[in-house]
Amino acid sequence: MIKQTYKKLSLAPIPYFWDRATVEDFYQQVADSPIDEVYLGEVICSKRRALGLNDWISIGQDLTAAGKEVVLSTLSLVEAASELSVMTKICQQDDFAVEVNDMSAVQLRTSHTKPSFTAGGSLNIYNQRSLDKLKSLGLNRWVLPHEHNQNALHAFDLTDIELELPAWGRLSLAYSARCFTARTHNRSKDQCGFICDQYPDGLAMKTQEAKDFLVINGIQTQSGTIQNHLEAISDDAVDILRLTPQQNNCFEVIDIFDQVRKQQMHVDEGQQKLAKCTIHPISNGYWHQQAGKDWVAAKQ
Amino acid sequence: MELVCPAGNLPSLKAAVKAGADAVYMGLQNATNARHFAGLNFTQKQMQQGIEFAQSRGCKVFLAVNTYPYCHDLDTWQQAVDTAADLKVDALILADMGVMDYTCEQHPDLNIHLSVQGSATSAAAVNFFAEQFNIKRAVIPRVLSIKQVAHLVNQSKVPIEVFGFGSLCVMVEGRCLLSSYATGLGPNNHGACSPAEFVEWKNTDDHLETRLNGILIDQVDKDDSVGYPVICKGRYEVNDHIGYAIEEPTSLNTLSILAELKAIGVAAVKVEGRQRSPAYVRQVTEVMRAAIDDCLEKPDSYRVRDKWNKTLGDLSEGQQTTLGAYYRNWQ
Repeated sequence: MIKQTYKKLSLAPIPYFWDRATVEDFYQQVADSPIDEVYLGEVICSKRRALGLNDWISIGQDLTAAGKEVVLSTLSLVEAASELSVMTKICQQDDFAVEVNDMSAVQLRTSHTKPSFTAGGSLNIYNQRSLDKLKSLGLNRWVLPHEHNQNALHAFDLTDIELELPAWGRLSLAYSARCFTARTHNRSKDQCGFICDQYPDGLAMKTQEAKDFLVINGIQTQSGTIQNHLEAISDDAVDILRLTPQQNNCFEVIDIFDQVRKQQMHVDEGQQKLAKCTIHPISNGYWHQQAGKDWVAAKQ
Repeated sequence: MELVCPAGNLPSLKAAVKAGADAVYMGLQNATNARHFAGLNFTQKQMQQGIEFAQSRGCKVFLAVNTYPYCHDLDTWQQAVDTAADLKVDALILADMGVMDYTCEQHPDLNIHLSVQGSATSAAAVNFFAEQFNIKRAVIPRVLSIKQVAHLVNQSKVPIEVFGFGSLCVMVEGRCLLSSYATGLGPNNHGACSPAEFVEWKNTDDHLETRLNGILIDQVDKDDSVGYPVICKGRYEVNDHIGYAIEEPTSLNTLSILAELKAIGVAAVKVEGRQRSPAYVRQVTEVMRAAIDDCLEKPDSYRVRDKWNKTLGDLSEGQQTTLGAYYRNWQ
């Protein structure tokens, strides 16, 4: 068999609250896209119940039939017993791979008989010793946490681990018990009325000078910038480039990454085209050991 | 229920011990702990003096080594662990799995407490650290309602420590990148939120502004006061309205639920504030000591005294206090 010579593309879970029909349409398009790996599930707020675990499994089966590798993702911030019960089901099933997004899920997954897992970017893995510990428990793929720069990544021995780099989309910066979208509407989380469905790309939180800064997405705070790591397509340490769903131009972004990885489009042209896929500022600062919000242009 | 108090330096440590702390926690003068501020924390000699002072008076000493080292930093964190072992601290407060793994291997008799920075918000997460690293206690993030805390305490394999008073992290601890997004440096990778070198206070013609690495965090009329530019306590524009989109400047205060915390089996209550003055530490410790003593002696008739609330209120951010996530409607 000829080894695939270009990197894989993955699609992160949808971070926002989209209605059921939108989600189903979206994944039908994904089935026909060049995406290799699809992460599915609600990772932000367990109150969002437009789709339940069985619905995600059903979408996963359709995507598997379309030739995609499917991974079920777990909730990032776990508070309630009911959330642990859904997570337990995800961690104990064998039909799909699992992405663990907090240490609760690591515990539930590693008590499973065949405990392989992808470590999501919100697990705190900063050094080799931490990575090796989780590798000994079944980690076989690692989504690089945002605070690592390129040199820090190169310090790791990644033998037998696939490295996945978040390469397009807003950065996930923080999680809270409080729902900020509900707060904006003077509601508590328990009386939210699913108000976040009005913000399918998040809610902008600007400075008092009206500059883009952060984005509110329920209990999650995201970056106001779109992180763009197309440049990492030539980094040998990276096996998978991870793209985050967005409401507009998502499939244009996927096609640009696909063409660049297959060398059907030059990186520079890809960057120019990506710039047109969002109205928000772009960033890559963490990768260059700077503030996450910054953009460092490629050296000419 | 143990009272755990902050010791940012030797005078604060002595103030906490004299005011009745059951344990004090401290850090070294580098990025190995989550209060890496100039002029704060302990040299090895000061640590030794502090440990002697506290332990000889029946007060335990914990060392916080609770930030996350990158590969090339791991030696420094491991040295901090060795120092703690040499000086015979009562426990190490750790967050990083690699540092815990080293501690288990090199110092198996050293007690490990899981730091709040370890970000364990469920019994499953706490039990992971108990099974893998033999932790003896876990400090849990300020994201759970009191009912959820009770459930976690009930299901946990180790005793649980909760925050009782002090500055309020609104985001789950250990996974907040707001500061590093704005500056490159944050609690996990540098031990400080909004590091001072990025902070700017600026007077304009009619305003006082605070900026963090150039980003406007808040502005007030010239004669008003404005807090330190922590991102989650700033004022921003959302849907054409300017306000505290995340949280107002306020401090956590659990006096009103202390008896409940005791009843559900919480093992220890922690006071935040290693960056605060010895006078602050003394006053807060005295109030919390009196309140916990009342809880222990007569739990059924426990009542918050007005003077306690007044003292803590005056010491709070914005002179406001909250129960935070313990109170469901706050969420």
